[in-house]
Amino acid sequence: MVKLNVNNQNGTNGNKANQKVTDSGIVYDTRQLNLWYGSHHALKNIDLAIKENEVTAIIGPSGCGKSTYIKTLNRMVELVPSVKTSGQIIYRDRNILDADYGVEELRTKVGMVFQKPNPFPKSIFDNIAYGPRIHGIKNKKTLNEIVEKSLRGAAIWDEVKDRLNENAYGLSGGQQQRICIARALAIEPDVILMDEPTSALDPISTLKVEELVQELKQNYSIIIVTHNMQQAARISDKTAFFLNGEVIEFDKTDTIFSTPSDKRTEDYISGRFG
Amino acid sequence: MALNEQTAKMSVQEMIAKQKGKKGKFWVEKSIPIILFLIASISVLTTFGIVFTLIFETFEFFKRVPFLDYLLGTEWLPFSNNEPLYGILPLIAGTLKVTLIAVVVAVPFGLASAVYLSEFANDKTRRVIKPVLEVLAGIPTIVYGFFALTFVTPLLQQFIPGLKIFNALSPGIVVGIMILPMIASLSEDAMTSVPKSIREGALALGATKLEVAMKVVLPAALSGIMASIVLAISRAIGETMIVSLAGGSTPRFDGDLTGSIQTMTAYIVQVSTGDAGYGTTIYYSIYAVGFTLFLFTLLMNWLAHAISKRFREEY
Repeated sequence: MVKLNVNNQNGTNGNKANQKVTDSGIVYDTRQLNLWYGSHHALKNIDLAIKENEVTAIIGPSGCGKSTYIKTLNRMVELVPSVKTSGQIIYRDRNILDADYGVEELRTKVGMVFQKPNPFPKSIFDNIAYGPRIHGIKNKKTLNEIVEKSLRGAAIWDEVKDRLNENAYGLSGGQQQRICIARALAIEPDVILMDEPTSALDPISTLKVEELVQELKQNYSIIIVTHNMQQAARISDKTAFFLNGEVIEFDKTDTIFSTPSDKRTEDYISGRFG
Repeated sequence: MALNEQTAKMSVQEMIAKQKGKKGKFWVEKSIPIILFLIASISVLTTFGIVFTLIFETFEFFKRVPFLDYLLGTEWLPFSNNEPLYGILPLIAGTLKVTLIAVVVAVPFGLASAVYLSEFANDKTRRVIKPVLEVLAGIPTIVYGFFALTFVTPLLQQFIPGLKIFNALSPGIVVGIMILPMIASLSEDAMTSVPKSIREGALALGATKLEVAMKVVLPAALSGIMASIVLAISRAIGETMIVSLAGGSTPRFDGDLTGSIQTMTAYIVQVSTGDAGYGTTIYYSIYAVGFTLFLFTLLMNWLAHAISKRFREEY
């Protein structure tokens, strides 16, 4: 898959070009992250180094902080008033929790797919073109190329190519979710965050999204929160197990699911709680 | 006590069966919907009654004044002794001048307030501004009327030397202020009801708050916004007190905003409060003007429906 260097037209550097690929290949290095909702301590001393071009799954019972963590990675968590954080999240050599780190800049590089499909109430074309357009790409021909490429990338091109001008809300839930993935791909992000992307989908749509994740990891670093342990086992390279706002265990997925080192991880994945 | 003992021995099913035996309940169930239907019919019948009266009396008017003279006539001189003229265009011009100025004032300010309230204001600010807007909507129009005449007109005369005491500009601006809360409040409701998840989708793509507001929320709420604007225009067209007090009573078919005008509503007031006798042409003319006014608001409603259907972004 050849990447269009769309960001160059915007006057900024193409995002792949200015990334320093360090030897370690770490895309997100979380150091001693703490997060509070008001007085509720939701994330406690998180240390997590996430490698690039891998699928990292985050599992854990409800309320363990896994969604909070992934939303901290693009600072969407700040939409909740009264959120406080401490510690560092180093993304490509810079701490994104710094007050002077622009959230728009961060979110342009880190795409997100949400739990429930949330396409805009616009045509399929306009949904995909929204991201490039707000970042200044106006050329009709370029936009056409981006839209086609993104829809192909999200494995939905064949299903929608004849109805690009129809409202995205006419699609099925599974198709809408892949439209949302295509929308995230359209600005060619560096990382894609997925917050339980298949929890609202039927098994067939889930399978399609899972296959898609496998393909996307060749070009993107993917961090996926999931309730479904089989899903984590199927699609991820690394798995982090969260419990009560702490990382209990973080290792290769094979290791986590075969020989976990912590008793609590073993209990969770074998279905004894959660 | 004896009763309690008795009921204590009965099962619930038995008690229910005993209650069923009572006849009254059956008739209540049967008759209430009929009574409710009759009450609902009253408002429908009233509407039909008003429209029929309008049409009937308007028909009477057109027996005396040729239809084309009314529709295309550029002079409205009903009180002329030798040759009264009934051309509606000057009254329509008066109404349109005021409405146009009102829309120019109210739409940008109303929408800006709505965007601010729904997308940018924090809860505290919203809790202060919304009630103030509602107070603005609750001011009696007669108060707005003398506010236009005694405050806005003299103020405008400082800047526009040629402005007459009675003019289109001052009541237009004040009608605009009057309909502003309506646009702001209804548009804000429409924008607030756009799901939060859609905003998050845009923010996650690196959109700024302003881009989310302008390119996602505003288009998604467009049908509600259009509806609010058209409702506001309808009110501006039908507004009476402000234009009667500050607009004057000189029906003129031109584009001048600084001189005295007369709107359709103001003419009806003038005749109704004057001494035109029953059965005269002047008496029937207010029905014709009223019917014309009615057609205008009907047209606006139809237009709102068509526009919102055309531009709607479903979510």
